[in-house]
Amino acid sequence: MEFYGGLSFFLLLMLILIPAIILGIMEKNLRYYTLLASVIVIGMVFWDKPVSGFYLILYSIIELFLVKGYLYLRKRYGRKAWIYRSAVVLSIVPLLLCKVSEVQGLMQIRLFAFIGISYLTFRVIQIIIETYDGVITELKIIDFMNFLLFFPTFSCGPIDRSRRFEKDSLTPYKRSEYLDLVGDGLQKLLTGIVYKFVIAALIHRVLELVDADLNFISNLEYAYLYGFYMFFDFAGYSLMAVGTGAFFGIRVPMNFDRPFSSIDIKDFWNRWHITLSQWFRDFLFSRFVMLGFQKKWFKDRLYAAVLGFMINMTVMGIWHGLSIHYIIYGLYHGVLLGLTEIYQKKSKFYKKYKKKQWYRIISWFITLQLVMFGFLIFSGRIL
Amino acid sequence: MKEKVLSILEEVCEDDIIRKEGDLNLFEEGLLDSLSLVQLLVMLEDEAGIVIAPSELNREDIATPDKLIAYVEERC
Repeated sequence: MEFYGGLSFFLLLMLILIPAIILGIMEKNLRYYTLLASVIVIGMVFWDKPVSGFYLILYSIIELFLVKGYLYLRKRYGRKAWIYRSAVVLSIVPLLLCKVSEVQGLMQIRLFAFIGISYLTFRVIQIIIETYDGVITELKIIDFMNFLLFFPTFSCGPIDRSRRFEKDSLTPYKRSEYLDLVGDGLQKLLTGIVYKFVIAALIHRVLELVDADLNFISNLEYAYLYGFYMFFDFAGYSLMAVGTGAFFGIRVPMNFDRPFSSIDIKDFWNRWHITLSQWFRDFLFSRFVMLGFQKKWFKDRLYAAVLGFMINMTVMGIWHGLSIHYIIYGLYHGVLLGLTEIYQKKSKFYKKYKKKQWYRIISWFITLQLVMFGFLIFSGRIL
Repeated sequence: MKEKVLSILEEVCEDDIIRKEGDLNLFEEGLLDSLSLVQLLVMLEDEAGIVIAPSELNREDIATPDKLIAYVEERC
């Protein structure tokens, strides 16, 4: 069984949602049932993959100890940068081992290879960083596990934030509020199913018909088809995850907001895989730039922005996997964001015309081509 | 403190309009973005001794010059 794939998953999902709906209508708190539901669904998905299942359990235990351990140390010794950095590095070690052992021919066995590890790691790092900031001072084991293992978003996000998640999970919904939430969730779940299993599947069929010869026309066709396929596939999955989450009283954040209407690359990253780019903005870009300002690394702000974007997007590329096309994809977007920033800050032309209709149309058209070319890189077809 | 916050904000936004309009939305007007926001936090720490972590901050709480001043004064 796999997440959001196949009849057996959706049958299980229906069964799992029934008690949630009953509890919700009875205005009972759902957090214990939510954890139970996650354990059952994840258990079923990993049933025929015992090695992955073992790594998942090991991973959860390690990260639980790290998070609880760091909370204790933070309280005891205060804001110590070296303890904080060690905790962050240790929390990433399993993901690093996974990604490195994934590279073919490098290692004999694959370590921590289970679906979802990339996304779980974001959640753990966020908790450690916010513990350092002093925003998180307490975290019950059940709340941590519930957040970490929340099955609707387990495999591919959207990447929620622990404080937001916890707040939702503790909210005593009135019956009418809960039913509104579920109604909206059901609609998202069904839209997601249509996106992924009808539209994306259809585009994928057409994608297979594209000429295998690499030439301008075939690459153009491939880039556009692949871009739209990626959108409907991933936005479809994300909608299903958001929709399913609603049944448990969790308002999972949305991941997409009409990305192909973006008028520049910065706009694109506010609309495409939103929870990922916001995570990187808040926990990598901002932190890096902050450190740089404090240590006086930068000559000026523009330089800081460009360097920040480059590092941010390159790490984002590497996070997708240690393959050359992912890394180039990250670099490509880093360069585009950097150039956009320079252009928007320096160009008088931009400042003068940015609000004009014709300017926005041209800018949108160029952005769309750059985005689609990015997907062509990401697909690995030309590298 | 008000004057200090305003002069830091003026330097970060590179615009003296923030002194004239206390209820101007800094994010909507493009005067603050994720980058200049970080710079603002660093300067508040360096020059006013107020430590604010990025994750503590809700953009809505400091969206206008008046709100920012109120937020900072509350933190002192």
